[in-house]
Amino acid sequence: MSLRTHIGNIRLPWAVWLGGGLLIVHLIMALFAAYVAPYSPTAIDTAHIMEPPSPSHWFGTDRYGRDIFSRVVYGGQVALLISLVSAAISVLVGGFLGVTTAYIGGVFDDTVMRIIDAMIAIPGVLLLLVIVTGLGSGTAVIVLAMVLSYLPGVVRVIRATALEYVPREFMLAARVRGEHVWHIVWVELWPNVLDVLFVEFAMRASWIVLSVSGLSFLGFGVNPPIPDWGLMVSENRAMLVTAPWGALFPMLAVSTLVVALNVVSDEIAKLLGVDRGARI
Amino acid sequence: MNELLLTVCDLAIGYPHGAQQIRPVLNGVHLQIRRGDRIGIVGESGCGKSTLAQALLGFVRDNGVRMRGSVNYGSEELFGLAPDRLQAIRGADIAFVPQNAGQSLAPHRTVSDQIAEVLTIHRGMTGHVAVQRINALLTQMRFANPTQIASRYPHQLSGGQQQRIALAIALAGEPKLLVLDEPTTGLDVTTQAQLLALIHELSRDTQLATVLVSHDLAVIAQSCQRVLVMYAGSVVEDGEVSHIFRQPSHPYTRGLLAAIPDITQARLPVPLPGQLRHMVDSTQCVFLDRCQFAQPDCAVAPPLIQLTPQQAVRCHHWQTVTQQVDRKYDTTLLPPVAAASAQAPVLQLTALSATYARPTWQWWRPTKTIPVVQQVDLHVQAGQTCALVGESGSGKSTVARVIAGLHPPLHGDITVDGMRLHADVAQRSAPQRQQVQLIFQNPDGSLNPRHTVAEILYRPQAVFFGRTRAQALPHSRDMLQKMRLDDQYLERLPRQLSGGEKQRVAIARAFLADPTVIVCDEIVSALDVSVQAAVLQVLVDMQRIHGTALLFISHDLAVVRAIAQTVAVLFAGQICEHGPAESVMTTPHHPYTIMLLSAVLSVAKPMHSMAASTADPVQAVPAGGCPFRHRCAIAIAQRCADQIPPVQQLANGHQVRCHHPPAVLHAYRQDILHLDM
Repeated sequence: MSLRTHIGNIRLPWAVWLGGGLLIVHLIMALFAAYVAPYSPTAIDTAHIMEPPSPSHWFGTDRYGRDIFSRVVYGGQVALLISLVSAAISVLVGGFLGVTTAYIGGVFDDTVMRIIDAMIAIPGVLLLLVIVTGLGSGTAVIVLAMVLSYLPGVVRVIRATALEYVPREFMLAARVRGEHVWHIVWVELWPNVLDVLFVEFAMRASWIVLSVSGLSFLGFGVNPPIPDWGLMVSENRAMLVTAPWGALFPMLAVSTLVVALNVVSDEIAKLLGVDRGARI
Repeated sequence: MNELLLTVCDLAIGYPHGAQQIRPVLNGVHLQIRRGDRIGIVGESGCGKSTLAQALLGFVRDNGVRMRGSVNYGSEELFGLAPDRLQAIRGADIAFVPQNAGQSLAPHRTVSDQIAEVLTIHRGMTGHVAVQRINALLTQMRFANPTQIASRYPHQLSGGQQQRIALAIALAGEPKLLVLDEPTTGLDVTTQAQLLALIHELSRDTQLATVLVSHDLAVIAQSCQRVLVMYAGSVVEDGEVSHIFRQPSHPYTRGLLAAIPDITQARLPVPLPGQLRHMVDSTQCVFLDRCQFAQPDCAVAPPLIQLTPQQAVRCHHWQTVTQQVDRKYDTTLLPPVAAASAQAPVLQLTALSATYARPTWQWWRPTKTIPVVQQVDLHVQAGQTCALVGESGSGKSTVARVIAGLHPPLHGDITVDGMRLHADVAQRSAPQRQQVQLIFQNPDGSLNPRHTVAEILYRPQAVFFGRTRAQALPHSRDMLQKMRLDDQYLERLPRQLSGGEKQRVAIARAFLADPTVIVCDEIVSALDVSVQAAVLQVLVDMQRIHGTALLFISHDLAVVRAIAQTVAVLFAGQICEHGPAESVMTTPHHPYTIMLLSAVLSVAKPMHSMAASTADPVQAVPAGGCPFRHRCAIAIAQRCADQIPPVQQLANGHQVRCHHPPAVLHAYRQDILHLDM
């Protein structure tokens, strides 16, 4: 089922315009950060400390005089890069595991799924903290932490989707033909889970944005002075009363991106007819 | 004349199609239902018959729209009636038995709870009175042990029993009109015959008006007085069953009747050309594009013309249609059975047995197994069709899976062309896999929804002949042409195909492997009659060209009669009768075969007195002895329980597994079937 065949005849509700618009704004800001941001995100300007929003500093400045708008724009790069990369890895690896275990079944399925269950059993934040404290901080470690915490869910969802197709007759026909197991998994089964996989990608990405910000907020995320939304909220939260713009704008950025991704993934799911009730 | 119950006047219902359009699925339907009427609504899938049935209760599915017209019960218009009044009428005056009764029952409540609910709401009965009434209803539904059935949950009942419970629930409110939507679809022939007899009795004894919706003309012919033939949302012919089925005046009715295989003739039925298209232009005749009688004036939609008080037809040229001499059957007869010893069989099953493991939570115990196929011996000769017949659960599909190497047999051998096949398909060599192909029942599942037809047809050629996509294309084209599908189909995805087209692609895929044997597992049972005839024709044509042997698994004896040279009847995993189709169908010997044949409904003949109409089919098959003894009317008390019946050889390789001598079976057959042979 292609997106193309649908878009022509469906009137999109306003929420989709809003969500899609927000997502596009976020993407443009992140991609063209160098052109959008008026200042360097790390440039310290002691002459303008903790200034409220003004025409020269749209979102105001922080206690080092850094331009908050520029930091929010560059922070989007970090947030989007980490979330899209982690979501892509989770979905590809998780999708592969899900499809393979669903088809092969038996002891292999049981083993993989029990490991996945064990991973799901560990509380998310705890798992993240263990990984980050164990391996130190840095973008690569955060990506790894995100993949490890979101992959199990993807595996379960994709396995459940694939299981619906495994007993179908076309799969039996492929076995009777004597196709290789990889042909059956990749050519017969895999295309049938792509819909769900795509929706999973968009949805996991939105969760990862939130998790990364949370991790940075707790101080386990990217290292300062790299501009990161979670980190910015954490740095400026002490001045929430005196200079609220320092924390408020990064919060706004996080929430708009998460909402945008959520709305878009919901809408993709509806368009592709993916049943969202089936997920965990 | 009887009291008028319900009047449907110029009813049109549509469903949205695209953003603005509403596509009518019912168009200008008129119908009057009186007390005691037995009305049938017949048509192929998509003709609007279920929509009409639901509209009789003033119901239109969520996204549907009533475009015009009315449904009046007495003096009340059902559409737009206050919800509580409508609620009072539904159930108490007009009751509905939905298709798939099993799914309409609440799985977590007992039978008595579900009947009591209706009794309380519509008749104000509770407690002791309700219990008595429930028992009375269940007795009326021919349950031998009503109190026991009342305490059961739906999953503890068989399909036929669930259907009778749904009927009991519908009747609990003592309605005057009962609407049944495909009440026997999916049931075995014997169960179907029982249920129809029951409905017939009810309507006769209580003056209950029934509206029976079905795709099966034989069902309608057996149980209704009057029939409405529907096509693309319009009633194309309306009148007495006896008139319409004897002398159809609409080209569609005529085509439908010709498409039904007839159990008395070993010939292929004639398919209806084309396929049902949804109404695009309501100014022209709905059947125009498929009609062989079409004339220029058919561009104007014909009115429903009352020919006689018993028959009305929507066709300008009904006179020509009525006078047309029937060309009911394909003129070519099937090739006769090769002499039994003349040729070595290409597919041979020897003492094949298979079991399924019973799932258990007691993992430390050895798993229990259920025997599904027991000691089956069967052979199919080159270019011939052997039919494997049986009810659901008889093990037919397991035989197919075992032959295909998908289910390991317990013991027994499968040989193809003298070569012994490995039990597991993964262990078979490529030439061995190529020789046996499988076509499945469900057309939706047998094609990968993400692959185009070209890709689907390419795979077997790549696997067995090492062709590239470019090399495979001409072969695929050629095969599609033989399937009467044009080149455009190559680029289509399965969801863009109709059921019959999907099944033809599946047949093409099987033949592209150039196999020796094709196992066809109920391949036409999910299709409409007209489509079924077309698929059978394609299959038989291909078989003639390639000389392929077919093992044709089916529950439909008329279809089997049309295409098979030999027949094996399977009961509880054992072959109880086996022999040339002609011989088995006209002189059946085993009591089970006789029962099956007596339950086959036909448009032409009245129903036989049912061999098993009183007995509730026993679900559990007894171990040891003859598995059929609990349902057999002539079982010998001790012998059938203790001794496994011997295989008796009759003439022409006809075999029967029964204790009775042929003379006794012969007399029994005469008794049940009244055949003069």
